Amino acid sequence: MTEAILAQANVAQTHSQTATHSEAATQDVVATRDLVKRYGSFTAVGGLNLKLRQGEIFGLLGPNGAGKTTTILMLMGLTEPTSGSVRVLGFDPVRQPIEVKRVVGYLPEHVAMYDDLSARENLMYTADLNGLRYTEAKQRIASALERVGLAKVADKKVGTFSHGMRQRLGIADVLIKKPRLVILDEPTLGLDPEAVNQLLDLIVAMSQEEQLTVLLSSHQLPQVQRICSRVGIFVKGKMIAEGTIQQLAQQLAGGVRTLQVRASPNGSTEASDAALVNVLKNVPGVLDVVRDGEAWSVRATSDVRPDLARAITNHGWSLYHLSERDFGLEEIYLKYFQNG
Amino acid sequence: MRGLLAVFRKELADHLGSRRFLILFALILLAGMSSVYVAAQSIRDQISDSQNAFLLLFTTASGPLPSFITFISFLGPLVGLALAFDSINGEWNRGTLSRLLAQPIYRDAVVNGKFLAALTTIAIMLTSIFVIIGALGIWRLALIPTGEELLRVLVFLFICILYVGFWLALATTFSVLLRQTATAALAGIAAWIFFTFFVGMIADSIANLFVALNTVIDPTAALQAEQLRLMLARISPNTLFQEATLAVLAPKIRTLGPILLNDVIGALPNPLSLSQSLLLIWPQVVGLLALMALCFAVAYIKFMRQEIRAL
Repeated sequence: MTEAILAQANVAQTHSQTATHSEAATQDVVATRDLVKRYGSFTAVGGLNLKLRQGEIFGLLGPNGAGKTTTILMLMGLTEPTSGSVRVLGFDPVRQPIEVKRVVGYLPEHVAMYDDLSARENLMYTADLNGLRYTEAKQRIASALERVGLAKVADKKVGTFSHGMRQRLGIADVLIKKPRLVILDEPTLGLDPEAVNQLLDLIVAMSQEEQLTVLLSSHQLPQVQRICSRVGIFVKGKMIAEGTIQQLAQQLAGGVRTLQVRASPNGSTEASDAALVNVLKNVPGVLDVVRDGEAWSVRATSDVRPDLARAITNHGWSLYHLSERDFGLEEIYLKYFQNG
Repeated sequence: MRGLLAVFRKELADHLGSRRFLILFALILLAGMSSVYVAAQSIRDQISDSQNAFLLLFTTASGPLPSFITFISFLGPLVGLALAFDSINGEWNRGTLSRLLAQPIYRDAVVNGKFLAALTTIAIMLTSIFVIIGALGIWRLALIPTGEELLRVLVFLFICILYVGFWLALATTFSVLLRQTATAALAGIAAWIFFTFFVGMIADSIANLFVALNTVIDPTAALQAEQLRLMLARISPNTLFQEATLAVLAPKIRTLGPILLNDVIGALPNPLSLSQSLLLIWPQVVGLLALMALCFAVAYIKFMRQEIRAL
């Protein structure tokens, strides 16, 4: 018992010795505990426990009205939680909203700029509100505009910008203050595929180069799947699933792997099909075999692909396709909706 | 402070460069020019018995053209309403409010900065027009102001700014309470019509209720009725403004209400000094200031409690 305590004390001491670096690295960027927000009798967010680590890109998924925007508002200090605690980079958004807003950049769903001012003037206003000196502000604006590819249109009125340009200007706006956490609410909505790709690449680059933590709230499942390291699924105010996409897939699959086989027994007759099914079922570990269009869906307790391949070829049949079906984010999402 | 200054600078720049400001400026300038014209026409008749000729620039009315004070009491509210009716709800509708509040500034910096910027715009507008009028008076009509007259004009300027400031505060309140800018503008105009036209009529009617319906007029009752009428009329900032400015710009005015003949027997018909005039009008000035502060307080409290959702 005492040895355990001493061991822990040792560990604590080592930790405190390398305090600054490891603290900064291990301190959660966002930490909420049992966060609740009620509007009268309606519970918008019910008991949220969320932790974001530095440098990760977290995807917040969920249908409209699930409570994603309310959660974001509570993180920014724009709404007061009914109960529970929330800490952003160690600050309490309710008690220290200015400190939180200094290090958090927020890009809302409908990014709004002053249409009668130019891009540079809009960014200048943001820089002014953040307390940047004129020369420093000019520098940061120039580099931010360069980063998002709007350097050529910097002095045109924002009223003339297209939707994609406005989104990029919104990102530049967020970058001006050099934040440590960036919250993006549906950033790719309404953009053409080229612009979407550029934006996503930009987000990933930002996250890696500047050690930014990104919280992305979106419906666009393929995009979330592409760039998010972890996702959380929000339904009716509760986060019903959280983790990396692989973890979520494994949770949902419940330990059962699905493999797809396309094989052709020589002469596809009913009898030979039945023989194929029998052979597949006899492979150890296989739970069942189900027809899936042109192919067969084999559910097994482990990755039995080599065994399946051997079984099929040993019988002299042709094997056209053998793969493991991964649960994509869309399937995970929909499955949670069927369940939850 | 930093956030307040940033908002203030941007809003002031927006106002001074906007077409709205130019239109309002042109309107008030026209009023000023008309009063200079009126003064030029009729000053010859009034100058002999008046010691404070410079002030006549602002107070003479002739024929169809009203005096400058009347113009301001009429147009000032519109200037105040026009500058502020979309201050908060305009930001709401464009969606820029959530972007503003996501910056590290105190929330009240937004409403304070906007109000102060609009007030400064009005101060700039009125000061420049007053200077233009005064300059024209000096140059064309050889009306050189004395020190005291200049001070009176400064007090007049201050009261004008207070008056328009009240309407500014009222428009800001409407812009916080009402989501549509058009509705806020209409509410402002409705308030203006009420205070300009209806308060006088209502005060009259209520006062008349107290005058006995009998044919013999009881002087005490008549006096009380008149005082009641005045008190009710003073609910309207228009009345407060007109009383205050009249007393400041016409030093001969000694009272702002009914007086009995007994009170004036033996009084010398000299104009009042500035300090005496100020003593006369300080309740009105405080009333205007209080109205402005009250309206702004309502706007402030409502704004601080609103939840800003970026939809």
